[in-house]
Amino acid sequence: MADFFKKLKKRLRLTVQLVFTALSNGYVQGFAEGKIFRGKTKSVCVPGLNCYSCPGALGSCPIGSLQATLSDRNYKFAFYVLGFLMIVGAFFGRFVCGWLCPFGLVQDLLYKIPFFRKLRKLPGDKFLKWFKYVILAVFVILLPLFAVDAFGQGSPWFCEYICPSGTLGAGIPLVVLNEGLRSVIGWLYAWKVAILAVLIFLSILVYRPFCRYLCPLGAIYGLFNPISLYRYKIDSEKCTKCGACQKACKLDIKTFENPNSTECIRCGDCIKSCPHNAIKK
Amino acid sequence: MTEKNKNIIAFSFVLVGIVFVALGVWRGEIESVLRKAVNICLECIGIG
Repeated sequence: MADFFKKLKKRLRLTVQLVFTALSNGYVQGFAEGKIFRGKTKSVCVPGLNCYSCPGALGSCPIGSLQATLSDRNYKFAFYVLGFLMIVGAFFGRFVCGWLCPFGLVQDLLYKIPFFRKLRKLPGDKFLKWFKYVILAVFVILLPLFAVDAFGQGSPWFCEYICPSGTLGAGIPLVVLNEGLRSVIGWLYAWKVAILAVLIFLSILVYRPFCRYLCPLGAIYGLFNPISLYRYKIDSEKCTKCGACQKACKLDIKTFENPNSTECIRCGDCIKSCPHNAIKK
Repeated sequence: MTEKNKNIIAFSFVLVGIVFVALGVWRGEIESVLRKAVNICLECIGIG
């Protein structure tokens, strides 16, 4: 038993990711019948990127909900979802990405697949990491808000044209399980499956490419990292700037210089790797 | 910025967040989220 808990502690993050993903996608009947959950809990957002059309989803995706509210002609400002993101961001920042996001878990598992050459980052990483903010501004906020039909109603552009989490968690299972949906798929479905396929390949090659370069939710939570209540501190008396933390960081962050980088997903590898115990939570 | 100031900013965000959530519930945004979430989102799954 003690051995079990020792192993569990060693794999604490993976355990939390698996348990949280299972709990927030616990509507097993949906997977069996090709339907989605229709209960009241879906009025509450989950912290991670988790499509509300996933057959198992018991809550709502904050990015989907944000677009749904912004594109609704009756609202045009999303107090509810933005308030939720502020609360979660102020407490946890990108801890959510590292510990609670189902699509983060998928990428973590894909990165475990052996490949003859793994990359620390993609070429152009310095510029590519800004792309998630462009996606947030254009596809999540501006287009749903201003590209509207004759009745003033917009669309969830990020969900429609980009989100690979929706394709994996909802698009593929629903199309496989539901004959009616299967008969109406077209070029858009093929486009989204192609994005997912590219991201799956890239996730084997480089650690968390979607979180680094594309995720608008990670972009929002990242802005909170420097001030969130859960943050890292460097003990300057102990730190020798040896760089062991950066070497251990799969996102290649110089933790000793910037412990609360907007890119940090709080996996904790830097803390474990520090030979001087200089990084504190 | 001191750690104390960071905490003050974080707690301010929490407070503003609570006010925003309350405003959103009062405006009926929560029903809009629920309405969207309990029906299969054709855009999300790539049908459009």
